[in-house]
Amino acid sequence: MSDLLRSYLTVFIFGAVAVGLVGAVLGLGSFLRPKRPRPEKLIAYESGVDPVGEGWTQAEIRYYIFALLFVVFDVEAVFLFPYATRAEAYGWYGVGAMALFIGILTLTILEAWRKKVLRWS
Amino acid sequence: MTLLAAANGISLPGTDDPINVSQTVGFALLAALMIWAAIRVVTTRNVVHAAVWLVVVLAGAAAQFILLAAEFVGVTQVMVYIGAVIVLILFGVMLTQAKLGNDPNLSRRNWYGGAVVAVVLFGLLAFATIDTFEDAKLPEDRRMALPAAEVGDGEVPRTESNTGAVSDAVFGAYLLPLEVLGVLLTAALVGAIAVARKD
Repeated sequence: MSDLLRSYLTVFIFGAVAVGLVGAVLGLGSFLRPKRPRPEKLIAYESGVDPVGEGWTQAEIRYYIFALLFVVFDVEAVFLFPYATRAEAYGWYGVGAMALFIGILTLTILEAWRKKVLRWS
Repeated sequence: MTLLAAANGISLPGTDDPINVSQTVGFALLAALMIWAAIRVVTTRNVVHAAVWLVVVLAGAAAQFILLAAEFVGVTQVMVYIGAVIVLILFGVMLTQAKLGNDPNLSRRNWYGGAVVAVVLFGLLAFATIDTFEDAKLPEDRRMALPAAEVGDGEVPRTESNTGAVSDAVFGAYLLPLEVLGVLLTAALVGAIAVARKD
């Protein structure tokens, strides 16, 4: 096994212990507790009041813009990481290239600001 | 002589190396998990459950990338796909009239058309991968860095990390596609604003 994979073995063991711990506690609970299911016990509980109607409503489309803004700046952040590992080697050339990329993406938030979709009326 | 080696004039890594057993076992386990989750994506009756099963498939792909020593691609998979694209898919479900609960009419009668496309795509990708890499194996602690990349108007000293090699490629030969990607994302958001505005 290479050093890189061995270093990720720590991550794997951490995740396995987390999953195993939750599974052990929940499994022990279901093994020990009395089990008498009733329809009333299975409905959603909120402040002791029985729920009325459905939980499903159609969301407004403007949430989609915020989700897409998140995607745009998520992609920008992804490209910042490789640049950060090599920023010293590139010097001003890298600064200019990255500034152009971020500048183009900043147009999105300016457009959203200008069209007033950021304002929640 | 394979396509990759012929195109770039580089030798494929690790052709003579012994098979990495732990990596192969990990690949098989992850692949089985991904196939099971992918089947659940298309067989579940609940759209939201399908999106959550898709998270399992994408997380498995991220783990496969890390298994292939492509850390940057793996982290990108987690950040962009699990973090952002799944959010977009869930918002898309919530914006439409799709039922959030179980929907027995979720299957369409022309699903076998999609199955044909999937089989053809699988064949093409499998052929391309096998034809390109043949006996190449994951290099044991061998870095993928290109020898002294050309970035900007001069050569920069070579990098020791795979992420640095990705950076050399992005800021070297693929700088224009990077900026075009920025324009594409901007166009997508401007389009979404045009669709979503009330007036």
